[in-house]
Amino acid sequence: MSATSAAVSHDLDSAENLVEVRNLKKYFPVTEGVFIPRVVANVKAVNGVSFNIKKGETLGLVGESGCGKTTIGRCILQLEKSTAGEIFYDGVDLNTLDQKELVPYRQKIQVIFQDPYSSLNPRMKIGDILGEPMRVHNIIADPNKRVERIRELLAVCGLNPRFIDRYPHEMSGGQRQRVGIARALCMNPDFIICDEAVSALDVSIQAQVINLLEDLREEFGLTYLFIAHDLSVVRHLSNRVAVMYLGNMVELADSDEIFNNPMHPYTKALLDAIPIPDPVVEANREHRIVKGEIPSPMNPPSGCVFHPRCDVAIDNCSNEVPEFIEVKPGHWVACPVVS
Amino acid sequence: MSKLLEIENLQTQFYTSAGTVKAVDGVTYDVEGGETVAVVGESGCGKSVTALSIMQLIPWPPGKIIGGEIRFDGQNLLELSEDDMRNVRGRDIAMVFQEPMTSLNPVLSIGLQLMETMQQHMDISDEDARKRAAELLQKCGISEPERRLDQYPHHLSGGMRQRVMIALSLSCNPKLIVADEPTTALDVTIQAQILELMKSLTKEMGVALIVITHNLGVVARYADRVNVMYAGKIIETGTAEQIYHNPRHPYTLGLLASVPRLDQERGTKLIPIEGQPPDLSRLDDGCSFRPRCRFAQDRCAQSFPELTNIEPGHEARCFRSNEIQDLREVS
Ligand SMILES: Nc1ncnc2c1ncn2[C@@H]1O[C@H](COP(=O)(O)OP(=O)(O)OP(=O)(O)O)[C@@H](O)[C@H]1O
Ligand SMILES: Nc1ncnc2c1ncn2[C@@H]1O[C@H](COP(=O)(O)OP(=O)(O)OP(=O)(O)O)[C@@H](O)[C@H]1O
Ligand SMILES: [Mg+2]
Ligand SMILES: [Mg+2]
Repeated sequence: MSATSAAVSHDLDSAENLVEVRNLKKYFPVTEGVFIPRVVANVKAVNGVSFNIKKGETLGLVGESGCGKTTIGRCILQLEKSTAGEIFYDGVDLNTLDQKELVPYRQKIQVIFQDPYSSLNPRMKIGDILGEPMRVHNIIADPNKRVERIRELLAVCGLNPRFIDRYPHEMSGGQRQRVGIARALCMNPDFIICDEAVSALDVSIQAQVINLLEDLREEFGLTYLFIAHDLSVVRHLSNRVAVMYLGNMVELADSDEIFNNPMHPYTKALLDAIPIPDPVVEANREHRIVKGEIPSPMNPPSGCVFHPRCDVAIDNCSNEVPEFIEVKPGHWVACPVVS
Repeated sequence: MSKLLEIENLQTQFYTSAGTVKAVDGVTYDVEGGETVAVVGESGCGKSVTALSIMQLIPWPPGKIIGGEIRFDGQNLLELSEDDMRNVRGRDIAMVFQEPMTSLNPVLSIGLQLMETMQQHMDISDEDARKRAAELLQKCGISEPERRLDQYPHHLSGGMRQRVMIALSLSCNPKLIVADEPTTALDVTIQAQILELMKSLTKEMGVALIVITHNLGVVARYADRVNVMYAGKIIETGTAEQIYHNPRHPYTLGLLASVPRLDQERGTKLIPIEGQPPDLSRLDDGCSFRPRCRFAQDRCAQSFPELTNIEPGHEARCFRSNEIQDLREVS
């Protein structure tokens, strides 16, 4: 298994970028006043983030609640209009396209959401949930062939093809999550954004779905943006991992590198906070608990947004916004103190 | 150490239109004074219902404790009147829930909630109660406790609310705290803060803790003993070390093999437990894990295995618990 992942990462070195995000910003205005609303502040959900994803690669995106992970996903999907920045997909800046021009991309780029229940229409049978988008996007015109394809996809996702006649509420959480995956696959996508796709599942079911995502990646040559807050899951699936904090990217590196050699104080804190399921390992492990609460993105701290919780912060950290620097090949960090 | 809590053959059922749900089906375990005991298992296996049964907060209808004993300090809680039970609740046994917002009163200030709980169970003046409330908040890592006393739950972040819940649970010097997924709703760094806090407070104050979780990592770090539940029964019990290093039930083995670990080489294939947990209203006489078990035999359909002893303090409910480690090597 490790032999194949080594082979994959070797291939990735020469692969082209499928997605390139440049200096992406997304601000949500906060308004006051009922009749004449005026903008009193901005939630800086994403505040100047850049990264790329190669064809066939899985990029993990981690960070705590509210740091902007979902917003990045929604900007790429064009469900949210970016405040600034570019999002290149196969060389085309999606932010410059109109609705009509976006149509083919809405097929190539798919998403799997966290909550398998609320993302499936409760009044539709599984067959229609999967069949409708195929019909609308004219993927398979013939209804009989469509049913055939749906059965095939259900089987690929480890579901019994007779589920085609069931409703979402007649299935377990793990089964519904598989329907969510099947729905993404029925569009023949190249790129799938998995937004906390396994977070709501029990560990035993979670492993089934993680393995499924891995198998599908190999089989269909998919590229993933894998968003999650569980670092052990992210590391397991990703070639590279990006760490976010309060709208900013603070570190980006190869999976093994970021876990063996984390540099940003926040990444270190995040790794320290993950308990390892082994009492002996835990008893001998040092836990440095990061102090304080996560600040509000409406009123983020000045300079480096992590400085109030950071234990290596120096005076200058509250004044100057750190640059995102490549400290060694492929390893990017936004912290002048450690780099 | 003496036994603080002894649960014996507890049975709690729900009578629903779909049939009788055997949510807790013969659970037996005990907790010693000052000890941290974890209860782990998949969603729906009966962890919360066990906890609510201890507190006697099972809603009737549709739920009911239909058998067993819950002895606390030698006294069977199931025989107490509702008034006596109300005194036990909050004073001797406190509960911390997963979602603090549902258990804090949104229209009462933090200070008043703490004072009210104390005055319900203790003879204490307003002034002393307020002072003690501020001390408790301070102990739970809340800065400027005096100012916080006058704030309302919606003024606080999720992590702070959970700290207030812990302060509340400690307010009457309980002997036992039952924490149902106390950190599941929280971010990882905040989760680590809260768990360290609970660990140090229980140590310092000698309080016993039952912590319910599905996170095996949390259990490894914080629990003295672990009870693994499956479909309403405890299927393995032992010290954290016994459970993690020498698991003897196929379900425990499966749980451990299905989580990716940060200290393992990347790319290690996960071994999921195939299939789904059973429907608790349609259980037969056999072992409930049998349909998902790689090692099941004919006899597993005939009867549910009893807990068999493996080592002192380590028991598993599996006919093949003695050979399971070897079987795992082979497959
Ligand atoms: N439509 C919106 N209007 C206003 N603020 C928003 C909106 N959507 C997101 N936000 C804010 O933007 C910030 C980033 O949110 P986002 O959902 O991207 O975080 P996340 O990293 O996905 O968090 P989680 O792990 O909780 O899913 C948050 O502070 C959120 O409250
Ligand atoms: N009020 C109720 N009415 C009917 N059935 C119930 C009720 N409460 C719980 N149950 C059932 O009892 C069983 C055990 O539920 P319980 O809440 O104890 O699970 P749990 O182990 O705490 O799961 P989770 O990890 O999801 O919290 C479940 O099958 C559930 O459906
Ligand atoms: Mg999100
Ligand atoms: Mg529960």
